[in-house]
Amino acid sequence: MKRNRMLTLPRKRALTGFLFVLPFTAGFLLFYVNSIVTTVRMSLSEVTVGVAEGVRGMSMQWNDFFNYIRAFSQHATFKQDLTSSLLNMLIDLPLIIFFSLFMALFLNQKFRGRTVARAIFFLPVILGAPAISEAINMARALMVGGISPASAEVMASLGAGTTIDVGYYLYMLGNLAVPPVLINYIIGAVARINNVITASGVQIVIFVAALQSIAPALYEVAKIEGATSYETFWKITFPMVSPLIVTNVVYTIVDSFAKSQIVTLSYDTIFTDYNYGLGAVFSLVSSVAVCLILLMVGWLLSRRTFYHI
Amino acid sequence: MNAWRALRDKWASLARDTRLQNERRHAERQARRFLFALFRAVIIFGISYVILGPLIGILANSFFSNEDKYSPIVYLIPQNPTLERYRLALLRMDYFRVLGRMLLYVTSLTVLQLAVCAMVGYGFARFNFPLKKILFACVIVMIVLPSHTIMYPLYNLFQNNPGGLFGWFNNGNLLGSPLPMFLMTALGTGLRSGLFIFIFNQFFRGLPKEIEEAALIDGAGSIRTFIQVMIPNATPAIVTVAIFSAVWQYNDSFYGRLFNISDNILLSRKLSTLQRTIANLDMIRDPSISTLYVYAGVVFMILPLLLMYIFLQKYFIEGVERSGIVG
Repeated sequence: MKRNRMLTLPRKRALTGFLFVLPFTAGFLLFYVNSIVTTVRMSLSEVTVGVAEGVRGMSMQWNDFFNYIRAFSQHATFKQDLTSSLLNMLIDLPLIIFFSLFMALFLNQKFRGRTVARAIFFLPVILGAPAISEAINMARALMVGGISPASAEVMASLGAGTTIDVGYYLYMLGNLAVPPVLINYIIGAVARINNVITASGVQIVIFVAALQSIAPALYEVAKIEGATSYETFWKITFPMVSPLIVTNVVYTIVDSFAKSQIVTLSYDTIFTDYNYGLGAVFSLVSSVAVCLILLMVGWLLSRRTFYHI
Repeated sequence: MNAWRALRDKWASLARDTRLQNERRHAERQARRFLFALFRAVIIFGISYVILGPLIGILANSFFSNEDKYSPIVYLIPQNPTLERYRLALLRMDYFRVLGRMLLYVTSLTVLQLAVCAMVGYGFARFNFPLKKILFACVIVMIVLPSHTIMYPLYNLFQNNPGGLFGWFNNGNLLGSPLPMFLMTALGTGLRSGLFIFIFNQFFRGLPKEIEEAALIDGAGSIRTFIQVMIPNATPAIVTVAIFSAVWQYNDSFYGRLFNISDNILLSRKLSTLQRTIANLDMIRDPSISTLYVYAGVVFMILPLLLMYIFLQKYFIEGVERSGIVG
């Protein structure tokens, strides 16, 4: 107590502040730093786990990057899984961001049943448990199964080319020199609508909150000055929510990575095949790739972000 | 006189015209607004259907009897509705007991996480101390780093007596009990703790400093200021974090599976084994029938969260708004 009185106020504040963050510091050192170091060591060595003579634990033997060599030149699916996980993430990213911004703009307007609509759009977050989403996927097939006779009829008439031939329109778009990459992207986007919708619950909530925090005075001024709603969107709404776009991009990348194949692969390698070194390589390589993507995207976006301070 | 009449007629026709113009413009605006509302309604309705469709299917199918399931003319509305699926799912999931334990588990973790993350967030927001920037960078690392990178070392750590402190408990092996989750949450590294610390940090930074200074001058210490002054002012952030935390803890299967937490506590694990339990204990081996029981289980699992969300929805959106995620 006496010693405390001798401290200057800033020192005392610093000490208290450190006390406040102490649990986190300890946790980070114990669980994260420790684990990251162990993972790196595991990826570089031949790991054997034994329960010999009451000593539970693992022994690690340096093995000249053998795990890395094996992952990249021998493992059957690692490279495909990694690239397809990352690609899916990058493809879904703009879709999710645009979709959630668009839906947030809608949900932010005043209309009857808005509360219900908001509740429904948040449902995917509540239904995020794997057991539930598996059941939902099954049930989705079931719903489609019920509708499919009708839709098959429609599709048959479409396919016969008498009324509407979707393929023909795609062909026409191709002839109009719309790049095939773009056409494929749009077709893919339509096919992935389920993924996109279920992955954008949190993002919609964040965007709605951001939209509501924009001062109404800004819109009033714009209206008095004669701005059209298009101009209002690009000059007011978009800049004001742009910091949240960065947040949402980071959240989307982290979230979709956590659900990707590569995570399943590394989990299975460790806990089903007991191949600890290889599993560590999988998680490390994929995490480094994702962190690089995050840094790149964050850097690209933060230069275009408007910070209102 | 004639000139005056001409002028009057012209004025009248002009006035009529302007009125017409105004009317036309008004009608146009109304039509545009109506079309937009229609467009919006169609989109929102369509997407709501995409989200709700499978749920409707699950709810409807959970009432199907065996004949309904195999009858080709039954779609969504059962001919012989039965509560059998719910009865057996209730029994085999040991629903009420597991739900009670689960709610206790989730609530205590959420409260712990709230307390710790609020504390750490406040520490980062209001105090200056050496290494602060590096420590805050660690928070960011924790948000960004996928938890599967560190899963095996964590598993190993909790299997082998972390820090030599838990020798009294099951020979130091904490796996299978919920203790690892409580330990990690208490040390601010639990499920998405990084994100919550970040939210609290942003929020506390946005509060005016004057209230704290007033408390300090009135003689309250830092800890008392935090508990009695800052926490009551942080309700929006607390509601947001509490809902996210509770929902994610309730749904989490990653840590539950990693730490092998017993399915007597975790409803999600109970649900994922329901189909096999029913196949083995009740000899219902037909997958399309046993799926119906899983649907009843899904309804049971969703129900508590749904009720919570419906009650807290209003506070939630307001909370996110004011909690400073928005910056």
